[in-house]
Amino acid sequence: MARFGMVIDTKKCVGCMDCVVVCKTENNVPEGFNRDWIVQDVRGKNPHLQMEIRSERCNHCDNPPCVYCCPTGASHVHDLGGVVIVTHDMCIGCKACIAACPYDARFIHPEGYADKCTFCIHRVEKGMGPACVSVCPTHCMFWGALDDPNSEVSKLLDSRKHHALIPEAGTKPQIFYLV
Amino acid sequence: MNPLSRRKFLKISGATIAVAATIGTVTKAIENAGDTKSKGIQKIPTFCDICFWKCGAIAYVRDGKLWKIEGNPLDPLSRGRLCPRGTGGIGAYYDPDRLRAPLIRMQERGKEMWKEVTWDEALSYIADKMQKIKSQYGPESMSMFSHGIGGNFLRHTLKAYGTINFAAPSFAQCRGPRDVGFKLTFGEDVSSPERTDIKNAQCLVLIGSHLGENMHNTQAQEFAETVGNGASIIVVDPRYSVAASKAKYYLPIKPGTDLAFLLAWMNVIVSENLYDKEYVEKYGFGFEQFKAELSAYTPEWAYPETGIEPKLIRATAREMARYKPATLIHPGRHVTWYGDDAQRSRAIALLNALMGSWGRKGGFYYPVSMDMPGYPYPAYPTPTKDKVDNPNKKYPFAHEAITTGIREATITGKPYPVKGWMVYATNLFHALPNENETINAIQNLDLLVVVDVIPSEIAGWADVVLPESVYLERHDDINVEWFREPFVALRQPVVKSPHDQKPNWWIAKKLAEKLGLGNYYPWKDIEEYINHRMTAAGLSFDELKKNGIILGDKQPIYFDEGVPIEFFTPSGKIEFYSLQLQQAGFDPVPKYKRPTIGPPGSFRLLYGRSPVHSFSRTQTNRILSDMMSENEVWINANVAERYDLKSGDYVRLKNQDGVVSNKIKVKATERIRPDCVYMVHGFGHTAKGLKHAFLKGASDAQLLTRYETDPLMGGTGMNMNFVTIEVEA
Repeated sequence: MARFGMVIDTKKCVGCMDCVVVCKTENNVPEGFNRDWIVQDVRGKNPHLQMEIRSERCNHCDNPPCVYCCPTGASHVHDLGGVVIVTHDMCIGCKACIAACPYDARFIHPEGYADKCTFCIHRVEKGMGPACVSVCPTHCMFWGALDDPNSEVSKLLDSRKHHALIPEAGTKPQIFYLV
Repeated sequence: MNPLSRRKFLKISGATIAVAATIGTVTKAIENAGDTKSKGIQKIPTFCDICFWKCGAIAYVRDGKLWKIEGNPLDPLSRGRLCPRGTGGIGAYYDPDRLRAPLIRMQERGKEMWKEVTWDEALSYIADKMQKIKSQYGPESMSMFSHGIGGNFLRHTLKAYGTINFAAPSFAQCRGPRDVGFKLTFGEDVSSPERTDIKNAQCLVLIGSHLGENMHNTQAQEFAETVGNGASIIVVDPRYSVAASKAKYYLPIKPGTDLAFLLAWMNVIVSENLYDKEYVEKYGFGFEQFKAELSAYTPEWAYPETGIEPKLIRATAREMARYKPATLIHPGRHVTWYGDDAQRSRAIALLNALMGSWGRKGGFYYPVSMDMPGYPYPAYPTPTKDKVDNPNKKYPFAHEAITTGIREATITGKPYPVKGWMVYATNLFHALPNENETINAIQNLDLLVVVDVIPSEIAGWADVVLPESVYLERHDDINVEWFREPFVALRQPVVKSPHDQKPNWWIAKKLAEKLGLGNYYPWKDIEEYINHRMTAAGLSFDELKKNGIILGDKQPIYFDEGVPIEFFTPSGKIEFYSLQLQQAGFDPVPKYKRPTIGPPGSFRLLYGRSPVHSFSRTQTNRILSDMMSENEVWINANVAERYDLKSGDYVRLKNQDGVVSNKIKVKATERIRPDCVYMVHGFGHTAKGLKHAFLKGASDAQLLTRYETDPLMGGTGMNMNFVTIEVEA
């Protein structure tokens, strides 16, 4: 079984938010909420500055606290690629997962359930990748099987310096940022 | 089907570029559009209109409802991927703040009190007023402001009526100075989409141009591509832009001193013999005089002006020379900054000439186009007057009409009165500086018509407001683009208009009929018009409907691929020294003038673009406003600390003339110099109908009471305003 993950090239990303916009139309994310977002991480003092631009979302962790803390089993790891998914009907909106997530990746949908990035599993099931990856005008986003050494994502991680977010939380995030 | 070269196009003097028209009913045109009863997914190709880049797109209709829109992989502009605005384009269709029905003004102008009327009433009203203007003042006293391809049809109607005064803010408030500066130097302008070969550039220099925030799709894509390829990026900007974060060299220049910087760069390149000698010798004119004039502009001279250390000026000049001719000094787009913008743009052109980048891979390519004949219309009436915007060629090098010139003539009544404005898809209150002048001009009008999709500020002042269908509901003229390869693109309806909105071609045709000009619309409907043009060009309309795009054969686009090396300047060469400028009383080689300094304690107001908004047109689009619902004022972190301000606090800005902005959120940041502040353009709406955007953020345009007019071409330099920070109690 594949282990899906994402690799994002921060060198190419311009932070245009196309990934955020397309997620809304693809997944019908309600007004006022987003499943992904852009961070502009600025370091230094003017004029000696550095900035990393990142498209962030649920990290589909290998060690997902949101799944462990869910009292109903709504939050679970999907058989397909280890994607972390919420079954809306089983979710009681208790927000335990929101408190547990170090990435602030979840919100309560106006219909009462915890919502977040699904890696567009409805597309993945049809053999497509997530919408954000497919739309990115800078081609800075890559998605695929991290456990396949020949996949594009694996090759990128082999050849480029990269980091993940808040690794010290021990959640084993599956989104990696090329620097 | 022969592709048309740029050269051939330029040689056809007075060539008729197709304008549009049509007749008939909307029903047929949207026969294939989203049917609310149908199940499943329909994919309909069209092209985007959220900005004017005109990216090819595929709209998805699911169970009869507009679902999403993606890039058309066949399209050379989008290359299969839309920008965030294009992706959010469906928000324009669903926008609850859209105009729904024709409106006629009930109270004084600007009060936004209207009654809803039928199309017949609205168009009769307009036609009646236009006939009165014609009989009392002549048809030249009617004018039109427009932006984008959708204006073609109304322009045709007004030309048939006898109007000669047409202008778009894209010239005198945007790219005009750049195009004049390049035309004076190379004999051709940069055009739109820009002929910049960004993806092949090995060194890309951006001067105040913030690609990536300025999200012109193909340019942003190519920028990321060239960054990914490891190109050397040099960014000159008072603000640490997104592009600056990708740069090898970031040069935080003192605002307004770019020309000093450019002269110093050229001084280094010439004095150190770093330029492309063969290219300059073969194609250059007046190089020795140019060289002599440059000698004074050493990096040491430029240092106190620009704040950039001489060693950095030298290092970056050498860096550019290292990659020539694949060194592209980008000419920018919105370059109306200081009123000497055409000369600054000419300096950029000259720097490119030194690199030998014009006509070369990684520099400026020669765009090509399809040879698509226009529809054979009856001749337009012969005007009896000259255009009103630039009397006696006051601005001798303006090669397009000047919006602010029409406004000026409307205020003064000279050289003759302007009594009617037709305004299509451009919000003049946000596009032109000094809104009082716009209001003064409007007082003198007998007729102000606004055709738009949303109730913008200019619509608030209109006598008649006509609600247009959004691009997803209408046909427009076909897009015959000048680009890397020839192609033609179709905009066609995806869904029906939800209320009483109509496509611009229908409005233009009906208005022509009311004016007794029905003979200028010889076909039944727009599809027949497009079909005629396609057939005349030997192309299949059915194929265009199905695919959205038809590509022509690849053509040479660089000199070394066989593009003939010709320069349409008076000397026939690249003009390092411009005799035509000299004869007109201007500097033949650009000279630096120190910019005006603001009052003590004030900050120069700079403005720019966001990747998720287009001008002041998208703030009510619920998808895009969810990305950014208000703008922020960028204040240097140290300055913010001095004022005890944190990011998220609200302030107002007060300009040198006492104009106070709406409240705006502070972004305290290291990413800007302490002598200026910055905001994204297009916010701070005051039109009541723009409910979702009403008084969110501040309007830069409102604060731009001062502007410096470019003596070469009439552009309005707008970075001439200074603000103080008014902390909210």
